[in-house]
Amino acid sequence: MSPENHQHAPLHLADEGDAATALAEAEAGQHRFDELIAEDSRIEPRDWMPESYRKSLVRQVSQHAHSEIIGMQPEGNWISRAPSLKRKAILMAKVQDEAGHGLYLYSAAETLGRPREEMYDQLYSGKAKYSSIFNYPARTWADIGAIGWLVDGAAIVNQVPLCRASYGPYGRAMVRICKEESFHQRQGWEILYSLSHGTEAQHQMAQDAVDRFYGPALQMFGPPDGDSPNSQQSMEWKIKRFTNDELRQRFVDMLVPQVEALGLTLPDPELKWNEERGHYDFGDLDWDEFFAVIKGNGPLSRQRLEHYRKARDEGAWVREAAVAYANHQAQGRDRDQAALIGA
Amino acid sequence: MTSSADSSSWPLWEVFIRSSRGLSHVHAGSLHAPDATMAIRNARDLYTRRNEGTSVWVVPAAAIMASDPDSKGAYFESAQGKSYRHATYYTQSEGVKHL
Ligand SMILES: [Fe+2]
Ligand SMILES: [Fe+2]
Repeated sequence: MSPENHQHAPLHLADEGDAATALAEAEAGQHRFDELIAEDSRIEPRDWMPESYRKSLVRQVSQHAHSEIIGMQPEGNWISRAPSLKRKAILMAKVQDEAGHGLYLYSAAETLGRPREEMYDQLYSGKAKYSSIFNYPARTWADIGAIGWLVDGAAIVNQVPLCRASYGPYGRAMVRICKEESFHQRQGWEILYSLSHGTEAQHQMAQDAVDRFYGPALQMFGPPDGDSPNSQQSMEWKIKRFTNDELRQRFVDMLVPQVEALGLTLPDPELKWNEERGHYDFGDLDWDEFFAVIKGNGPLSRQRLEHYRKARDEGAWVREAAVAYANHQAQGRDRDQAALIGA
Repeated sequence: MTSSADSSSWPLWEVFIRSSRGLSHVHAGSLHAPDATMAIRNARDLYTRRNEGTSVWVVPAAAIMASDPDSKGAYFESAQGKSYRHATYYTQSEGVKHL
């Protein structure tokens, strides 16, 4: 295992003396951890950290990774039907980026001591959670625009503060990801812009896509602050820097001028500028639907999982062949070396 | 799982990228691959999709030795107590040019 991928060896307590030493070590560790968090420094893989911090990070980072991987499906589905070669090349590049994001994040989670295989298995078995937005279908080409603009847009607002997350490998993965995301959002916006300025039918298609993705995209920030029990602890640990509602507000404020530039509207009659607050007010979201989708009752929850399993099963022979080839090559090297020594 | 040769049973490699000529290779991240050739190829696809690199190194993660994180303070202390190793320690020459 590498320096990035080392966990503390479990403490085997042989006698009272060892127990006392372990306790002293844990106390010193906690003290150092608190210090690092207080001075806004970073926690690195081999540092002592509270078990609850480790667990909470593994959950967040692996769920984030799963979301990137499942997130390839709605868009991947349109690669073969993109309206031009240029659009197709762009979409392929974007989907490839999302695969990369998943891999950066799995690597980060692995540094916390969670084996890669275990994370894959959890997604495969349906035990793992991922962002509920990806359980909605991409029905038209305009949806690809709405996904880039709204879904990647919300992801950016969420991810920029995560670049400063207290856990080093997570923050570093997010820096890499954020650099790549801005193209994702812009290409989506441009798809919508072209459609919005096309024929009446195309304009309608763009508006319809925005109408369907707006609410679910706003829900990507998670439930309202009152219903988000883990947020407080996560903010104290400086993993999270802003609350769900703060980020949601920031996103809405950004969207209004952008939708005007598109020549489209947002599907919320209550949306209006509040001079006093210096922010846009917006209407309630459908949280019953949100929790239903999280529980696995999204429009495409079943299909997303089935597709993941199929891809994984059908790729198994490739992974096996690669191992067989690597072993064969290594044996060949051993034989050559033995021959040289013999000569 | 259906397969015993899951990609996760591929060894872990640490990836180092030289972003441009004249600079050192810097740690970029890690990945799993069955052998060095595949590790290099995957590293190119994963870490250099936007001209981030002119050269890639991959190192089996298991081959890296690291200092003990717990002895951090004591281990690096001797350097800390030796401020005379820095030019700023010497103040008599203040105002004298090119020194
Ligand atoms: Fe992404
Ligand atoms: Fe993206």
